Amino acid sequence: MLRSKCIEAIYPELEDKLVVTIMGSAAQELYDLGHRNNFFYLQHAMGLASSIGLGLALSLPDDHVVVFDGDGSVLMNLGTLATLARYRPANMTHIIFDNGSLLSTGGFDSHTTSGITDIAKIAEGAGVPSVAFTRTPMEFVSAVADAFESDTFSVIVAKVEAIGPDHFGMDLKLPENAFNFERYIREHKRKANGN
Amino acid sequence: MTVSLENSKMVYQGIKDAGVDFVTALAETWLVYLLQMADDDPNMTLIEVAKEEEAIGIASGAHFAGRPNILLMQNHGFMGSINGIVSLAKLYSIPLCMLIAYRGHMGEPYFWHTQGGRVTEPLLQALSIPYDIASDPQKVGKQIQQTLTYSQSLLGPVALLLSRDLMED
Repeated sequence: MLRSKCIEAIYPELEDKLVVTIMGSAAQELYDLGHRNNFFYLQHAMGLASSIGLGLALSLPDDHVVVFDGDGSVLMNLGTLATLARYRPANMTHIIFDNGSLLSTGGFDSHTTSGITDIAKIAEGAGVPSVAFTRTPMEFVSAVADAFESDTFSVIVAKVEAIGPDHFGMDLKLPENAFNFERYIREHKRKANGN
Repeated sequence: MTVSLENSKMVYQGIKDAGVDFVTALAETWLVYLLQMADDDPNMTLIEVAKEEEAIGIASGAHFAGRPNILLMQNHGFMGSINGIVSLAKLYSIPLCMLIAYRGHMGEPYFWHTQGGRVTEPLLQALSIPYDIASDPQKVGKQIQQTLTYSQSLLGPVALLLSRDLMED
C-alpha cells in the first residue's frame, strides 16, 4: 500500500477538517494534492503532530481534527499515545503511516521493520479506545470513514511501503502556514457562530 | 520547608485573572497545589502530559484554536522541551506562556536539582527567550499577565521562573 494513494483516497474528506501532518513525504504528498488553509505542516519537531492535534481537538469540539503521523515520529514521543488515550478527544482521528523506515533521512529501518514493534498494539496498550490496523487501501478507507463518523478517538495504523515523492518543496513559508492556519480557524469559527 | 499553599493560590488567581482557561502541565512538587486547583476548577481545562515536550505541541494547538493558555512545568521539564520550543514554537512564531518551577537555585537542599538550577537562566538566554523571576506573591499575578501579553505580541516563548521565595514557606 502506498501512503500517497491513502492520502489521495481520503483527500476530499479533508476539506472540512483540520489537518496536522508530519514532515517529509506525508507533508509533500498532501501539499501536492492541493494546499488548503486548514492544513498545517509540521516540518520539524518530530513527535509533536499528535500533541498539536490534541490541543486543537480539545479547544474546538465542533470540528474534526485529523493527524497524519509516522512510525519514526510516533516512536520519538510514545508517551503521547498515553496522553491521547487519557483525554481521548472524540473529534480526533490519528492516522499513523508505518513504513518501517526513516525514509526522509536516509531510509534507515525503524523499530517497526519486520513487525518487531507493533504500533497498533502499543496504542491499544496505551488505552486508545479504537485502534485499526490496515494493510490494504480498502481497509484503510473503511477505517477512516468509520473514524470520521464515530464519536470515538481513533488511531489508524496504515502499513505502507517505504516510498516517497521524487521531489520536495512548497511555496509556503512555515510561519505563513501557521498564520493562515490560525486565521482559517478564526474565520471558520466566526462563520459557524453566524457573525 | 513546605510548598506554600497561600502563594500557590496567588499564582492560580493570577492565571485566572489573565483570562486563561487552558493549562498544560506535568506534576512537580512546587506545582502540586496549582495542579489541584486547576483540576478542581470546573472552568479550567487541565491537560497533564507524560513528558513536558508534549505540552509545547498541545499549547500550539490551543493557540491555533484561539485559546490563550499557560504551561506549567519544572525547569528540568523545560530542558526536556527545548527541541519543541525551538522547532515548533520559535520556527512557526507561536506564543508560549511558560510558568517554570525554578528548582536548584540559591537555597536548594537537594543535590539532584543543582545542575539544572545553574543552567536554567543561561539556557533561556542562549535561546533568546525573555524571562522574569517571580518572588513576590503580591506581584506574581501581574507578572503572569505580562508574560502572557508579551508571548502574544512577540509570537514566541516567554518564561516566568517561579522561585523558592514564592513557592516555599
